[in-house]
Amino acid sequence: MNKNDLLREEIIRRSGVNPKKCMKCGKCSGTCPAYDEMEFHPHQFASMIDSGDIQPLIDSESVYKCLSCFACVERCPRGVEPAKLIEAVRLSVIREKGNNRMTPNDIPEKVDEETPQQLLVSAFRKYTK
Amino acid sequence: MQRIGVFVCWCGSNIAGTVDVKAVAEAIKSEPGVVYSTDYQYMCSQAGQNMIIESVKEHNLTGLVICSCSPRMHEATFRKTAAAAGLNPYMVEIANIREQCSWVHKEMPVGTEKAIILAKAAVAKVNLNTPLTPGESPVTKRALVIGGGIAGIQTALDIADAGFPVDIVETKPTIGGKMAQLDKTFPTLDCAACILTPKMVDVAQHEKIRIFSYSEVTEVKGFVGNFDVTIKRKARFVDETKCTGCGDCVDKCPMKKNPNEFNMGMDNRSAIYIPFAQAVPKVATIDAGACTMLKKGKCGLCSKVCGAGAIDYTQKDEFVSEKYGAIVVATGFNVINLDKFDEYAYNQSKDVITSLEFERLTNAAGPTAGKLLRPSDGKHPHKIVFVQCVGSRCENCAEKGKEYCSKICCMYTAKHAMLTRDKYPDTDVTVFTIDVRTPGKNFDEFYRRAVEEFGVKYVKGMVGKIVPEGDVLKVQASDLISNKQLHIDADLVVLAAAIEPDKSARPLATMLTASMDTNDFFTEAHPKLRPVESPTAGVYLSGACQGPKDIPETVSQAGAAASKVIGLLCKDKLVGNPCVASSNELMCNGCSSCERVCPYGAITYSDKEFRMPDRTTKIRRVASVNPAVCQGCGACTVACPSGAMDLRGFANDQIMAEVDAICK
Repeated sequence: MNKNDLLREEIIRRSGVNPKKCMKCGKCSGTCPAYDEMEFHPHQFASMIDSGDIQPLIDSESVYKCLSCFACVERCPRGVEPAKLIEAVRLSVIREKGNNRMTPNDIPEKVDEETPQQLLVSAFRKYTK
Repeated sequence: MQRIGVFVCWCGSNIAGTVDVKAVAEAIKSEPGVVYSTDYQYMCSQAGQNMIIESVKEHNLTGLVICSCSPRMHEATFRKTAAAAGLNPYMVEIANIREQCSWVHKEMPVGTEKAIILAKAAVAKVNLNTPLTPGESPVTKRALVIGGGIAGIQTALDIADAGFPVDIVETKPTIGGKMAQLDKTFPTLDCAACILTPKMVDVAQHEKIRIFSYSEVTEVKGFVGNFDVTIKRKARFVDETKCTGCGDCVDKCPMKKNPNEFNMGMDNRSAIYIPFAQAVPKVATIDAGACTMLKKGKCGLCSKVCGAGAIDYTQKDEFVSEKYGAIVVATGFNVINLDKFDEYAYNQSKDVITSLEFERLTNAAGPTAGKLLRPSDGKHPHKIVFVQCVGSRCENCAEKGKEYCSKICCMYTAKHAMLTRDKYPDTDVTVFTIDVRTPGKNFDEFYRRAVEEFGVKYVKGMVGKIVPEGDVLKVQASDLISNKQLHIDADLVVLAAAIEPDKSARPLATMLTASMDTNDFFTEAHPKLRPVESPTAGVYLSGACQGPKDIPETVSQAGAAASKVIGLLCKDKLVGNPCVASSNELMCNGCSSCERVCPYGAITYSDKEFRMPDRTTKIRRVASVNPAVCQGCGACTVACPSGAMDLRGFANDQIMAEVDAICK
């Protein structure tokens, strides 16, 4: 198994998502509120992970732009759950970097006017595991 | 002692791939009764059958065991072969070594071992087989068609044209079904009413056809050729024989604010109503829930204005019983409920409509007299968004949508988009689509015309959400080809909602003991080779009750169902199934257990005289089975405490011999 396949297996196992269920309708990207912020969009995560094309996703800022609002998960007609895939890719980046968890004390310095509240809630979900 | 021949089929590589057929033929040779065994590539082929016939003559065989596919597939074939060889057809047993063996095992040794065991069990049974002769039952030469849409209409006309009387039972006040609500039909764009209403008139005028409108089937008894059906004729409070359909009552009725079902609730109708101008029968019906006379005993205006004296407030539901030889199910479809699709704002905005509502909006007989106007403010919409696959192809949302493709939406959406652009060139039309599925004659050409000639914009992508804001609908969607998210301010959104079988289908299937799939579509007897027959003998399927279908497909299936019914009704007698229960009167203790468990009412008790050992006679109450009604289910043989009841062809000792052979 080469590195790409290994990464693919890892992400699928971690997310619990089967990207093969995707019928490429694009409803996830149609519903995504952070679409314009993202270089790679939810439907691309599903399709690129399925084809093992994962390095560009890891290198991209998109994993941090996802708000984890789970609208795509809610509305996907096939139960693919793209947000969970994005989260799994992000986790593989974080886990490689090592100790970079967030504690409640870190929050005040990260808050600025522009930050949506939803992002903070999501940040907890993402960083405090 | 039987002289049994065993014939092991390869079924190409279907069986031979995982079962060593030669080893099976060899191993079975030493079984008691077996005098000959062999194997062949395709036992069901003409050559294979001839080989069986030759072997019967050559080895003087009295019983046959065919190791092949499921008896559901070819038992009838091999019974005919046995008959051609001069044997009783019921001296044949099938050992199913395909579906129950080669297809479920991967390893050759495992498959072979199991095939040998199955063959031994069949041999053990044939050793105890006795020749059986089927009885005959008469055929009632009348057909029942349940559902009066285009499927039911076509089936009824075809059966009636062959000379057999037909009754149509329709739950609505008029026949016509969904097709009557449509505006134009793809891909030829002929007007639905123009091609449907003449057929409706043909039905009304056909001397062989009776229409039970505003009626429901409430009970079905009996079996193929001899169904006893009870039909509830719901009280419409109007005497059908007197009403002329003049419509005076409709005009005078003061209760005018009831949602009009025919126009999908987009306008109102009065409490007494005729669904549409070309209704058949053209008879008024009183909506008991809306009529003040029926609710409070006040009003009675319709009765006063009716010149024919047809109004009858005292009318009650009536039950009609009739005998039929065949039943055709044509219960059709409905659009799914969109309450759970919050993201499309169907319940939040009047300007988000289903495609069937759009049909009514563009229909000259619809609520806007054919002008395309927004339901909310009656203004002409300049930007229309069509969304496909709403609730179709949903894998995970069983409570929201359907797993299957609804099949008709791609084409009717192309039709709607094209007609809109044709009639209102100033309107911008965008269709969001996952795939455009056009596998029909002239279908893809039609869709391409919508794009190339009429300038309909097709976007590969899906609408994610719709938010009503002021008088526009904010549509957010993806465009997968240009990898962009689109934001459109639409005036009108049309949802191509999935279709589902009518809700009446499930209880009807129970009454008919006809099987359904998990989506409540009726199951056909064979998905390819018997598409219009239900597995239940005498029950046939027509139209969308069997699966999503467009009009051409529905009409062809309706004709096919009719031809099957005609084939049945042409027969004077039906050959029954001889594998029925019979009671050994000497052992029967008269307990009535069998009578109570019999689902077909085939068992009756009577007093009979028996000679006793001391030369006296005694009268005892014993069970007897009507072989024409018995379906051979075997419930009585299990219920009988004294072992008096037995099933011919599946006798207790035969089953035990099979079990012994397997356990040996």
